[in-house]
Amino acid sequence: MRRVLVGIKRVIDYNVRVRVRPDGNGIVTDGVKMSINPFDEIALEEALRIRERGEADEVVAVSLGPDDTQQQLRTALAMGADRAILVRTDLAVEPPVVARVMQKLVERESPIIVILGKQAIDDDCNQVGQMLAALWDRPQATCASKIEIKGQTARVTREVDAGLETIEVDLPAVFTADLRLNEPRYVKLPDIMKAKKKPLDVTDLAAIGVAPTERLKVLRYEPPPQRQKGVMVKDAAELVAALRQKGLV
Amino acid sequence: MNRILIVAEHAGGRLNAAIAKCVSCAATMPDGEITIAVLATDGAAVAQAAAAISGVTRVLLVDHPANEPALAAVLAPQVARLAEGHSHVLGPSTTFGKDLMPRVAALLDAAQVSDVMTVESAQRFRRLVYAGNAIVTVEAVGGRQIVATVRVASYQAAAAGGSAKVEAVKLDVALPAHTRFVSVTAARNDRPDLQTASRVVSGGRALGSAENFALIQRLADRIGAAIGASRAAVDAGYAPNELQVGQTGKIIAPELYIAIGISGAIQHLTGIKDARTIVAINKDAEAPIFEVADYGLVGDLFSLIPEIEKHL
Repeated sequence: MRRVLVGIKRVIDYNVRVRVRPDGNGIVTDGVKMSINPFDEIALEEALRIRERGEADEVVAVSLGPDDTQQQLRTALAMGADRAILVRTDLAVEPPVVARVMQKLVERESPIIVILGKQAIDDDCNQVGQMLAALWDRPQATCASKIEIKGQTARVTREVDAGLETIEVDLPAVFTADLRLNEPRYVKLPDIMKAKKKPLDVTDLAAIGVAPTERLKVLRYEPPPQRQKGVMVKDAAELVAALRQKGLV
Repeated sequence: MNRILIVAEHAGGRLNAAIAKCVSCAATMPDGEITIAVLATDGAAVAQAAAAISGVTRVLLVDHPANEPALAAVLAPQVARLAEGHSHVLGPSTTFGKDLMPRVAALLDAAQVSDVMTVESAQRFRRLVYAGNAIVTVEAVGGRQIVATVRVASYQAAAAGGSAKVEAVKLDVALPAHTRFVSVTAARNDRPDLQTASRVVSGGRALGSAENFALIQRLADRIGAAIGASRAAVDAGYAPNELQVGQTGKIIAPELYIAIGISGAIQHLTGIKDARTIVAINKDAEAPIFEVADYGLVGDLFSLIPEIEKHL
């Protein structure tokens, strides 16, 4: 069985205006819409396309999070994942712990490919894929904008500062999805019904055998300083004059 | 003492300007000793450039045929070996550093702090989360090594004038063959680099086409600016991906940033919040970009750009 593992993180929906709690102990989450991390949705879409092209047989969506994360995994199943695994924890786990959990799941599932989002839009860490690749001692292709499977290898185009970099990796490997890898499909109502019947295994950190070791203690959150709104100029001449006066042009 | 190792990014025999900014970040740690690691194929020139950064104590040069072009899977085990005896390992928060440093952190079983914007102590750091909507202060616990990427837009480059000694190092580390470089799109050298330019002109979706995006190029060339683009403009194919400014593109801190036809999504604003002066030109007076702009001009970009050029 050629299997693709996809990481799914439950995050505050990207349309929500994120606010810091007045006590500085976190982010306002009461009544806030939660969704699949957008980069993970792209990762899942890519896994589905790989399967649909006949280059893999099964797509397994995996997540680490509280019980409610089952909602996001059901969405992943409705998008087309074959089955899902939730490793339950109420702790805010750090990327090294997530990478270790992923490593355990990799040992259990023996995938040919693991695809994750390049970063989560909550902590913006951009770490788990690379850490998993290191622990697994396998190739990584991060910030992927194109993935071509060619037998036992894959050719991946990556978005890098210089432009587009192409690398070739032996499978199994870890890929992380960038924005332009694909456009995720919409979920149709019949698929939501079908997804209810797909298997969703729930386990927990202890059963998986990973300790949620704290490495970074969060001391406080604060809102970022706001830039002061400047002045409106009436035309191009006034703008250029203002910039010239400040020595900017 | 805090012994800080900085991993040098370089290409074509030139040290990336982000490294002098990483040195500035490292220099804010108390009681620090700064070493730069240059992993290259023939890295003597890069090592000399690193040694000339003020505040650097020594440069470790590891020449190996496999080290260029840089591949994280090849570099990580070497960096992990060099990290022995160091309390901190830093890299720039560029696509090079973001790719490499977590792999190093996992090999070292270290704590990793991404995108450090402020150092409060050798263990305590501030960084942006939620696309720049919050700043979190974190403290490394458990006495592990600390791996960090440095948000380069938060730091000025350390001055030149250093004279660190360069030590050639041979590492006995097995390097993987499972990852192979194929190609990279050639970088254009006839314009200022987006990440380090003092002036940037960016275009957004309102440009309407790749052909019209030439207006942005023309204005940029006129004032010696680098070119940037919003995610919408890149998604629409008006500009290549490496020009994207914002949370998932480049985070920049130029003296002058001119946003033309860019509405100002939060992800874009995150990429420019450290710019000294922001100019916004947009036909929608309600566009969020005007909330952060020092100078705002409402109007049609197709008539305003030529007018600006006339007055320059």
